[in-house]
Amino acid sequence: MTGIVIVGAGECGTRAALTLRETGYRGSVTLIGEEAGLPYERPPLSKPVGTSVLRKEICAGERLAAAEVDYRPGETVSALAPHAKTVSLANGGVLSYDKLLLATGAAPRRLTCPGSEHVHVFRTFEDAKRLYGAVSGARRVAIIGAGLIGMELAAVLRARDAQVTVLEAADRTLGRAVPTVLAGRLHARHEEAGVTFVFGARVQRISKDGVELEDGRHISADLVVAAIGVVPNTSVAEHAGLAVDNGIVVDPHLRTSAPDIFAAGDCACLNSGDGRSFRSESWRNAQFHGAHAARAMTGVTHPYARASWFWSDQYELGLQVVGLPASDQTSVARQISVDAQIIFFLDQAERLVAAAGLGRGTAVARDIRLAEMLIDAGEQPNRQLLADPATNLKSLLKQSRAA
Amino acid sequence: MNNEADGTWVVVNIAELEPESVARFDHGGRTFAIYRSPDGAYFATDGICTHERAFLADGLVLEDEIECPLHGGAFNYRTGKAVGAPVCIDLRTYAVRVEAGKLLMRIDQSGPQLGLGIGFDP
Repeated sequence: MTGIVIVGAGECGTRAALTLRETGYRGSVTLIGEEAGLPYERPPLSKPVGTSVLRKEICAGERLAAAEVDYRPGETVSALAPHAKTVSLANGGVLSYDKLLLATGAAPRRLTCPGSEHVHVFRTFEDAKRLYGAVSGARRVAIIGAGLIGMELAAVLRARDAQVTVLEAADRTLGRAVPTVLAGRLHARHEEAGVTFVFGARVQRISKDGVELEDGRHISADLVVAAIGVVPNTSVAEHAGLAVDNGIVVDPHLRTSAPDIFAAGDCACLNSGDGRSFRSESWRNAQFHGAHAARAMTGVTHPYARASWFWSDQYELGLQVVGLPASDQTSVARQISVDAQIIFFLDQAERLVAAAGLGRGTAVARDIRLAEMLIDAGEQPNRQLLADPATNLKSLLKQSRAA
Repeated sequence: MNNEADGTWVVVNIAELEPESVARFDHGGRTFAIYRSPDGAYFATDGICTHERAFLADGLVLEDEIECPLHGGAFNYRTGKAVGAPVCIDLRTYAVRVEAGKLLMRIDQSGPQLGLGIGFDP
């Protein structure tokens, strides 16, 4: 009997492999990863320990062995044949599968301008080692992109005493995923830390002196990092004829357009069947998708319906966002304490659909978690109670918990 | 293992806990988490998540479980067992008792983490 083959050993693929055994699956499980070493977590790469990169394993090697997962690091899948139900490896090997999971993740978007070959990206352990090693000799760093990764890197590199300039094409930091008032607080915190921002910045070329913008401005830098988003790794799927559109297209059971092939995590775009599709780039989505795919592949099938959730740590501040804030929603603010606030978002039917919080450390975590439970329950919470920090959000849940 | 002679009972100075909630308690340079279950009993564990450095006291208590506020990993606070990914190392637990209206906790003098286990057995 062949078995299940998982392409991609990041958070998603690794979690799928472990969950397969938890569900009692007894067939063979092969986990193929491009990177060397044991599967590791990407978020800790943003938290260097001195000059070292923190490589935190997703699980101990013994656990993979104990779960009888055939783990193959440093191997690349070059092709997929859905009719023959095989995957081909770059080293010449061919593996057959009963079911296949594509958890190929996403790769940093690259600049294409002149000089872009000198620009660092930040995704893998090797990227982080290269970047933190290079920062030791650099006094001035230019970070292109004021999204979550760019902002986190700015905080980390300021803590290493580099002079940091963040270049952003838009007119504000952090884009649509983070409400303006919270993005503004983070922006202010970075400026307080000495980070310089340049908005409306369109990069024309990179040189060893720094970055030249289209409008003629020049930003001096010894080291340039691009944090301008990621692109889902879909080429193998696309060449095999699977439907691809902002990621490998999947249904709420994480099934692709080809039989017995599933996709999950950063590479997958979930079509919820009502015209909406969404590709998440968050760690938690990768984790939940991995577990969900494992259950779907072994026959336990219910639609994936978890809310989007992500966090970001910048300096002493912790941001957490659940759901997808959007412009057609209305909002209610809750001041938890002097420096911790949450913004709730309600749809036109007064249902809670999203919440975003910013505070010191994990000060907003509990309320964001309770907000998620209210969102999942489809609750229409009273606005005054949401805004009142003396009201425990748990009490707004009583009705759904009793059910 | 946990003999009376191996630990010190200390008074836990925290405000009264609501049922189904958690509070941070620091003593002797260590951080603990004190819980009150929905039925009113008290429990204690190490106060820092075994996954990454997050304070469990900022997390949500639901029934017998505490969720880490950083990545949502879950532990059973009665037993310390890691029950929800990404946590896989159990929490140390500490005996708790109420005496003469005071909450007391037995802190081990030293020694390795007890109740160490992998959260999932294949």
